[in-house]
Formats: sequence, structure tokens, C-alpha cells
Amino acid sequence: MSNPQAMKNKKKRHFQAVIYVKLKDGVLDPQGSTIKRALGNMGYRGIEDVRSGKVFEITLNSNNKEETEKMLDQICKKLLANPVIEKYNFEVK
Amino acid sequence: MKFGVIIFPGSNCDYDAYRAVKDVLKEEVEFLWHQDTSLNDCDCVILPGGFSYGDYLRTGAIARFSPIMRRVVKFAQEGGLVLGICNGFQILLESGLLPGAMLRNQGLRFACKYVYIRTEATATPFTNLCKENQVLKIPVAHSDGNYYIPEPELKRLKDKSQIIFRYCHPSGNLDPVYNPNGALDNIAGICNEKRNVLGMMPHPERASEKILGSKDGVYIFRSIVNFLKREKRF
Repeated sequence: MSNPQAMKNKKKRHFQAVIYVKLKDGVLDPQGSTIKRALGNMGYRGIEDVRSGKVFEITLNSNNKEETEKMLDQICKKLLANPVIEKYNFEVK
Repeated sequence: MKFGVIIFPGSNCDYDAYRAVKDVLKEEVEFLWHQDTSLNDCDCVILPGGFSYGDYLRTGAIARFSPIMRRVVKFAQEGGLVLGICNGFQILLESGLLPGAMLRNQGLRFACKYVYIRTEATATPFTNLCKENQVLKIPVAHSDGNYYIPEPELKRLKDKSQIIFRYCHPSGNLDPVYNPNGALDNIAGICNEKRNVLGMMPHPERASEKILGSKDGVYIFRSIVNFLKREKRF
């Protein structure tokens, strides 16, 4: 291919990222404890703990998986998670 | 002397704050739009209560990135007075101007009632007309007011007297029964280390005239005016 821009674009591929944001261990989770109580009221036995969280799916174009992971890490730190109370992890496919 | 009240998409105590400054304090005040990048030479900026950007993700998490907030952060770093009320407090936490974070209220209820708060420090631009330990009757209205901060930072807040208000019994006793949301250490309001930024969950603008049930919020607004005058800025 003679057009360098077209070659660059051709290299790009779709990535699918799944990001999980949860409250840090030890941080009180009022939603999780309320759900746990409800499960008990519904008759489910043996539920020891419930922790709530959020899941995000991000589809993106990139030509480098490593850079994509770096960018996602920044996105999590700056916006999707509040590092004071939350932790996060993600998978990129 | 001029006050500025920021309007975010979803703010609903903006007019209450505006009225408290204009009609109770009789000072100049103007609205500032969240897309603006100038504070129009305001001497004190109020981030009002309500909601902002639907409070999607976390309360204040999106508002923090609005164009006006970049200017507010710079203003605060230069020593400008910033008062965040309720959602405004949440935005200040997300923007990093104040330490800590908000969790859902313990019990998951929306807390909407009068509470009593004890003034824990009077050496601030916001409480200089209050007496030490003075109890103020001011209403709260929020779902996410359960203040949290990790232990080492809590100690720093205490050491530097940055805890300004605590929920209390009308007599001033720190009874957990009078804590409406489960906030750590009954914390209702804190300031930054330089003491020019205050965040509080209770709404002083909703307690600024007798007809509203309490005038105690006026202590906070008058303290700001007193501070600005004393600083010989006016």
C-alpha cells in the first residue's frame, strides 16, 4: 500500500475492555450489606458477605495493546474509580 | 465584594444561595455557568447543593471535569474562598481540593431533616463569628453524605484542626444517634490545610431566614464577609 496513513489505520484493531470497580476491602458497603440482609429474608442460607461494584465495557481502536492498557489504567484512576475508596481491575481482549 | 454561585446541570440550591447572599447579606452576587472559564472577579465562590450531571458514576465525579472547575481549582490554590455545600462538597472531594470521599448513607436512606452541628474550629474564614463549640441548627438533604477517609489521613485532619463541623445532640454532645448518615467521626464539614476551602453537607442557605425555621446558617455567610473585610480587601 502506498498511502502511509492507510497503512497505519490498517494496523489498528478492535479491543474490548471489561473494567471492574469495587469498594476497597474494609470500606463499608451499605448497598452490599442491605442486599445480604434481603437475601437472608428471602430464605437463602449460608451467604457470608455481599460486596457491590460496577462493571464497564469499553470498545476501542488501537494498534498497541500495551498502550491501550496504560490508557485504561489512567481512565480508571482519573474517572471510573475514586482511589480513596475504590479499587479496580480490567481485562483487555 | 462579590460572591459567585456556580450552576451545574442539576444544581437546585443555586437560587437559595443567591438569595441568602443578595437579600440576607445584602452583598453583590452573580451566577457562574459550568461551561464558563472565568470567575468574573468573584471573591468567594459557592458550589451549591443539588445534583450535577445526574451524579452519574459517583456524586460530583463528572462535574469535577467541567470547564469552570479548572478555574475554581486554580482560584483555590491562589487562596480564594470556596464554599461547597452538599453536592458542592462532593465535587470538592472529587476534584481533590478536599481530602476523603463520600459513601452511600448508612441505611441507604435519603436524609432530609434538620440536624445539629457543633463548630469544631473558629479560626477559619467561614466560622470566625461562631463561638467555640457553638451548635448550629441547619438542615441536610442527601443520599451520599457518609464521609470516609483512611485512618492516617483522618489523624492529619484532626492534627491540623481541619474538621470544622460535627453532627451532634442539640446540647453539643457527639452522640452517634444524631449522625444522619454514618459519617466517620460524625464529620459534617471539613476545610483544606490552607483553610480557604470549606465543604459541608448541611445547607446553611436553607437556614438563613427565620421563616425557614432557622437563621443559624447566616453565621457562616457573615463570617465570610467579616473575613474578606478584615483582610482589608474591602
